[in-house]
Order: sequence, then C-alpha cells, then structure tokens
Amino acid sequence: MDEILCLGIESTADDLGVGIATSEGMILANKRSTYIPEKGGIHPREAARHHSAQIGSVLDAALSKAGIGPKDIDVVAFSQGPGMGPCLRTGATVARAVAIYLGVPLVGVNHAVAHIEIGRLAAKAKDPLTLFVSGGNTIVTGYEAGRYRIFGETLDIPVGNCLDVFAREAGLPYPGAPDLERRALEGKRFVPLPYLVKGMDLSFSGLLTSALEKLRSGQWRLEDLCMSIQEVAFSMLGEVTERALAHTGKLELLLTGGVAANKRLQAIMRMIAEEHGAKSYVTPLEYALDNGAMIAWTGLLAYLSGVRIPVSESFIRARWRLDEVEVTWLQ
Amino acid sequence: MASVDEALKRVAKGAEAELFLQSLWLGKPILVKRRGEKKYRLSELDQSIRQYRTIHEAEIIHRAKEAGVSTPIIYLVDVPGTTIYMEYVEGKVIRKILDDLPEEKRISLFRRIGNLVGNLHMAGIVHGDLTTSNMILTKGDRIYFVDFGLAELTREVEKRGVDLHLMKHMLMSTHYRYAEECFLSFLEGYRGAMGEEATAEIIGKIDEIERRGRYVSEREILEDGDNQPK
Repeated sequence: MDEILCLGIESTADDLGVGIATSEGMILANKRSTYIPEKGGIHPREAARHHSAQIGSVLDAALSKAGIGPKDIDVVAFSQGPGMGPCLRTGATVARAVAIYLGVPLVGVNHAVAHIEIGRLAAKAKDPLTLFVSGGNTIVTGYEAGRYRIFGETLDIPVGNCLDVFAREAGLPYPGAPDLERRALEGKRFVPLPYLVKGMDLSFSGLLTSALEKLRSGQWRLEDLCMSIQEVAFSMLGEVTERALAHTGKLELLLTGGVAANKRLQAIMRMIAEEHGAKSYVTPLEYALDNGAMIAWTGLLAYLSGVRIPVSESFIRARWRLDEVEVTWLQ
Repeated sequence: MASVDEALKRVAKGAEAELFLQSLWLGKPILVKRRGEKKYRLSELDQSIRQYRTIHEAEIIHRAKEAGVSTPIIYLVDVPGTTIYMEYVEGKVIRKILDDLPEEKRISLFRRIGNLVGNLHMAGIVHGDLTTSNMILTKGDRIYFVDFGLAELTREVEKRGVDLHLMKHMLMSTHYRYAEECFLSFLEGYRGAMGEEATAEIIGKIDEIERRGRYVSEREILEDGDNQPK
C-alpha cells in the first residue's frame, strides 16, 4: 500500500496550526501562527479573525515545508472540538473547503485525543497514563476498553488558565506562564494557598482567587507567590496522577499540553513515575502545544480504522468530551 | 516507634498512604496506615497536608460509626508520625468481587452502599473518595468503609452532589459495563436514608455539576439551540 498523507488543521483556541503526517508515522510539516491578544485573555472572535487571515500563509508554509503539492494530500483532518466555537468554525470551514476542492475524505478529530496520540507517537509509548495540562484542559486519562477514560479532571478552570490569569494579573509579560516559572525559582517562602482535590478531580478556581487576593494585598513577594501557586497546583496534579497510576497499574506516564513545558511539573511527574516503577515521558514542546501535526496524525489513525465524516455532518463540537470518542484504531 | 516498626509487614501501597499489617496487638491484627512523605511536594506543604489528613481521617472514622456505618476501630493516632493504628477489617474489597457477582447481588449490594452513603450524608459526613476500592465486604456480610482520607464534615448540597458525582464517575470509568444499573440501585438506597426530597435536590445538583465547565456534553448544548454550526 502506498503511503497516505493527511493534512491536519488545528484551531481550537489561540493557535492556528497546519500539519502533515504520513501513514508511516512521519511528520512532514508542523506550522503554527498564534493569536496574541492586545490585552486580557483570548477573545474567541478576535482569535477566529486572526485564524482566517493567517490560514492561507500557514497552509502554504506547511505544504512547502513538506515539499508536496495540494494534490498529494489523501485525507483532510480538522479539530472538531472541544474548543472555542468561532475558532473551531474557522478551521472546520477551511478543512471542508480543501476536502471538497481536492475530492478527498474529511475526518473530524477530538483535540484531546490528538494531544494523547501525538504524545504517544513522539514518545513511542504504548499504553500510557496521560496527564494533559494546558490553558484549556486538565485531564488525567488512560485507554481502557475502546476509549480514553477520564480518571481525573478539573471541576472548574484548567490549571494553565489558573497560572496564566495569575501571571497576567501580576503584570508578567505575555505569555505569562514561562515568566511565572522563572520567578518561582526565586521563591523562598511558601505561602499557604487552598489545595483542593476532590476524589480524583481538581479545583483550581479557589487557588486562583486566593493567590490573587494575596497578590493585591501587596503583603507578599511576587516570587514567593509564583512559587507557591505552582507548588500547590502541581502537587494537586501530582496527587491525582499518582492515584490514577496506582489505580490503573499502567507502566508509562505521559505528560503533554502547554503546561508540560514547565520543568518543575516535569520533575514531579518523573518522581511519581519512578516511585511506581513506570517510565515517564514528556512530549516535546513543538507537539505539546496545540499543533496541526497532532490533528493530521490522529486524523490518519482514525481514517485508517475506517472513520470518515461527510461534509454535511461535520458540525463542530465545542464541548466534545474526550471519553465520548470511540478509539477505533486501538480496538 | 522503632520496635513497633520492625514487626510491620507492608500489605498495600496506595497513592496517598502505605498500609502495614502488624502481626498482633492485644490478640488482634492491626492495620497501620502511614501517610509517607511525598518527595515531589514542598516539605512544608507536604507535612501540613499529611498531618491534617491524619487527624481528620481519625475523627471522621469515629463519627461514621455514630451514623451507623461500619468503619475500623481506631487504636492510636500518631500525629507527628502521620500514622493511624486501627483494626484490620477482614473481608473482600468490593472492586475485586464486583465482576464475579450475579446481577441481582450486585444490585442489592449497591442499594446497601447507597443507603450507607445516605447515612453518612445525614450525619454530615461527605466521604470525598467513594470508590469500590474503599469498601470491604466482610464474611458476616457487613459493608465497611475504610478510607476517609479525603472526607469532610459538611452538609452542603454541593459537596454531597460532588460525592455522588464521583461515585457515578468512578462507576463509569472502572465498572463501565454495569455502571448504570449500579448507580440506579445506589440512588434507590440513598433515597431510603435521605428521603425523597433531599435526594431529588442532590440529583439535581449532580446534573448541575455535570453541566458545569468540563462536564458539558455535546447533546445538551445542541438541544439548547446554541452552538449551531455555521
């Protein structure tokens, strides 16, 4: 069988990504353009406007990086959800147009599944317990009987959002989380903040509120607050991940999503994996951030296991849960 | 407590604590639950979490008995050592026997579990980690609840809702083959303890929790008429 090429479009939030993957598991291109808000957080409509303005050049860049022409593409995949409606619609519209124009099949991909799959590919992991942490997601998941089961997740805001908002309110330069991590290294005194684990689930909104109150009171060093918010948030993630690892007995631990770039979180996950005799993997940043390659690769896996979506049914699914997806390629 | 430690045999290592079986104390086997140090946590944060949970767990284990729910007898609480010495409950962990039970047994078991959780809630105790790994069925057919490490003393409907939501969630991830029938019988038993009205309120709360943030399912949104594709 000839090699099959899949073009993937990612547009769930502020990142617009186009990737090209082959059925041999090669990533030929992974191009990205990120919407940067003038102030505040991501405005969905503004982000979508950015995506529609940039999609042409990102598509071109991906094709030329891969050294292929549009006609070489066999399948088009797009992130169908979960994510911000306007952003998702922009990517979906482009994907439908390209698929119709080229006369090739279309595949809708779940964004969270794609994060797991690209992480698995990059780490060559078989059956990992995955901690997926980003500005939009906080999920502890593992494969069991046809689906990625969710063992723990946030009950309110994602951990990346908690850190981003704190960094922004503290006046740290965009993007806030890397700067927050640097300042945390200079933290000396631990500031007690609410630590909330409910069973296997997490809550970060109280942590954020309390950290912001302390920030505004002006009575605490910013570096100490940065260290403390990170320590509390990551200890909570550590606790739930450790429990899921003990519960499932999985032997691989995969860290992915934008927050996976944090060295302190990586160290925590390494310690936990070691303690439970598991191997730990960190997804390389290029594939840990939202990207098109993960959509292309996951779209390809789905396509090869028989998944297609007619254009007329390719609605976006802004609240599509990870555990609703039938993982047909692992059955 | 070096001399005591020597007689210890580790029987289980959970994510939060290690369990040791001490051969005999006053003629009975003793279970020692020690919250060990977590090296990945900042030591200050770690120590306060472990001490708080040790004291709290011992207190709630006692209160559960007053609510008519079987829990291990506590012999000693070593706070600085973050260790609880308690009765070793002999029996089978429910998680492990569930697959082998005939359907009607499973249903009656969950009705009883629901009833016991209802008793806990009536007494102002929210378990916080309702999984079938934390329930033991004894030879005498009594259900013991053994891990109150994440329990809270509260009567908030929200907290009770989260408790039941976690139970449902656990059933779906661990016992997905018969999650629904189990949860329905669970609710039936729960209703028996809590009454129709309070139960309805809490079920409403579970729906609300599931509709919140990460828990919203596609269908509900589409039914609301929102999120129509372009």
